[in-house]
Amino acid sequence: MVDRMRDAIALRGLTKHYGELRAVDGISLDVREGEVFGFLGPNGAGKTTTIRMLTGLTRPTAGHAEVLGYDLAHELSSIKKRTGVVPESSNLYAELTALGNLLFAAQLYGVPRRERIARCEELLDRFGLSQKRDASFAKLSRGMKRALTVAAALVHRPSLLFLDEPTTGLDVMAARRLRAMLANLRDQGVTIFLTTHYLEEAERLCDRIALIVQGQLVALDTVDGLRGMVANEPAVEVVIDQGRGHTETRRFLGGDVGSAMEEALAQTEPIRRRILSVSSARPTLEEVFVQLTGLSAEVMLREKGGQGRLNAKG
Amino acid sequence: MLRDDLRAIYYILRKDLDTYYFKPPNISWGIFFPLAFILAFSIRNPGNMRELMPGLVAMTMLFGTTAMEAIVIVLERRTGSLERLLLAPVSLPAMLAGKVLGGMCFGTVMSLLVLAGTAVFLGTGGTNWVTVAGTLLLSAAAFSSLGALVSVTVKEVFEAQTLANYLRFPMIFLGGVFVPLTDLPQGLRVIAGLLPLTYSVEAMRLGMAGEPAGAAMPDLLILAVWTIMSYGLAWRALRRRLA
Repeated sequence: MVDRMRDAIALRGLTKHYGELRAVDGISLDVREGEVFGFLGPNGAGKTTTIRMLTGLTRPTAGHAEVLGYDLAHELSSIKKRTGVVPESSNLYAELTALGNLLFAAQLYGVPRRERIARCEELLDRFGLSQKRDASFAKLSRGMKRALTVAAALVHRPSLLFLDEPTTGLDVMAARRLRAMLANLRDQGVTIFLTTHYLEEAERLCDRIALIVQGQLVALDTVDGLRGMVANEPAVEVVIDQGRGHTETRRFLGGDVGSAMEEALAQTEPIRRRILSVSSARPTLEEVFVQLTGLSAEVMLREKGGQGRLNAKG
Repeated sequence: MLRDDLRAIYYILRKDLDTYYFKPPNISWGIFFPLAFILAFSIRNPGNMRELMPGLVAMTMLFGTTAMEAIVIVLERRTGSLERLLLAPVSLPAMLAGKVLGGMCFGTVMSLLVLAGTAVFLGTGGTNWVTVAGTLLLSAAAFSSLGALVSVTVKEVFEAQTLANYLRFPMIFLGGVFVPLTDLPQGLRVIAGLLPLTYSVEAMRLGMAGEPAGAAMPDLLILAVWTIMSYGLAWRALRRRLA
């Protein structure tokens, strides 16, 4: 039985097969109440399939899952009433207005009639969409669509929110606003289960992170804990003068200061650049990911159109 | 649970009627389609209209219910918005019922308009309104469920339209709308016996002729079986897609 005070999600050997393909292969993990839990992995790792299973969109092939203390196999309706889901694509009704979409969500989730309008207006205001309340969903910008999709997932005040790649396709400002909204939700005690392929985003937002590759859990810990897993290989950060006031920071993993200096000199001497500083640094989540999964971090960014770094800023 | 489902059925129905069914293009097509047939046949054979009207009412119901119903679910699946219903605390049968009721409401309104025109221009003396009401209700349920079944079995909107037409047009010509079943060759009569429109036309004919309600009971029962069968298969197909 899940400890309702601590675990919002408990998975034991959760598995999903599509024929020969093992999309999710025996994942076991716990998500604590009130934390932002990051679920990281490249495309096809099993992130979305896991969310689809936990939200009742697809049935697990094997394993056991409890969400908010309810058995996924037998108490799905109780789970659905208490969870909000933001899918990877903004999928509200194109024909309905911003307010109409929120009202329809409120009706489906049984928000009491007397509270509906006030709740929807409050969400429109909180997400900066009050001016667009009567605009159809189809006519909103991509960032506004995303914000409205998040708002629709919150209309019934869920205690657990699933977000599947929430900032994919957003510009820098829209992504920044969305991340601020998520931080605000965490402060209100909402548990957030977040999948992303943006490592910097996960590092900034998540209390704990699980790395998943080919349907299997590779690692699960806090960001510092994950760093600790590769801490026996210290990183050295070298700042190189690129001229005209520009600098470049290069990181060398697994060496000491002496060898980093030698390597930096070897790389900069031919192009006559100065080394401005050398310091020891903790490994980034990207380096941790590369070490633990054996994959290149670019794999994740490339698969999503290569805008991950840009969007993750701010 | 039941209360959640009933509430969801009501709001899904209302949303679908507002966003898909009662839109000017749909309404105008719903009126134009039977009107074109009525005009064509009244010009050709004005004395025969009263005989033709039960078939035209049933045909209006068939097209009114299925025109949008056959594409609504596949359309929402393509845009991803169907997922919103599947994520909500609503059972699959209730969600499907909300969708089917949308087609039923629209088809019934369109058929009632044709029926009202019949009453105004041709009179309805002797009509058994209980039979007519039962026929409208069960025809709407059978045809709308059939539309839902079409919508859940295909992947693209154009496939739904094509499949719906494959089902509807043979029904119009073999279901007794324009040609009495007794005039059909034996082989085609067997095929006509497999089509739900045949029973809708026959029950409507009996109702408008003022026959006792019991006379139409076998036809109404077959329409009820068509409803259960189509709805059940649609539910099963949708559930399999979620597996």
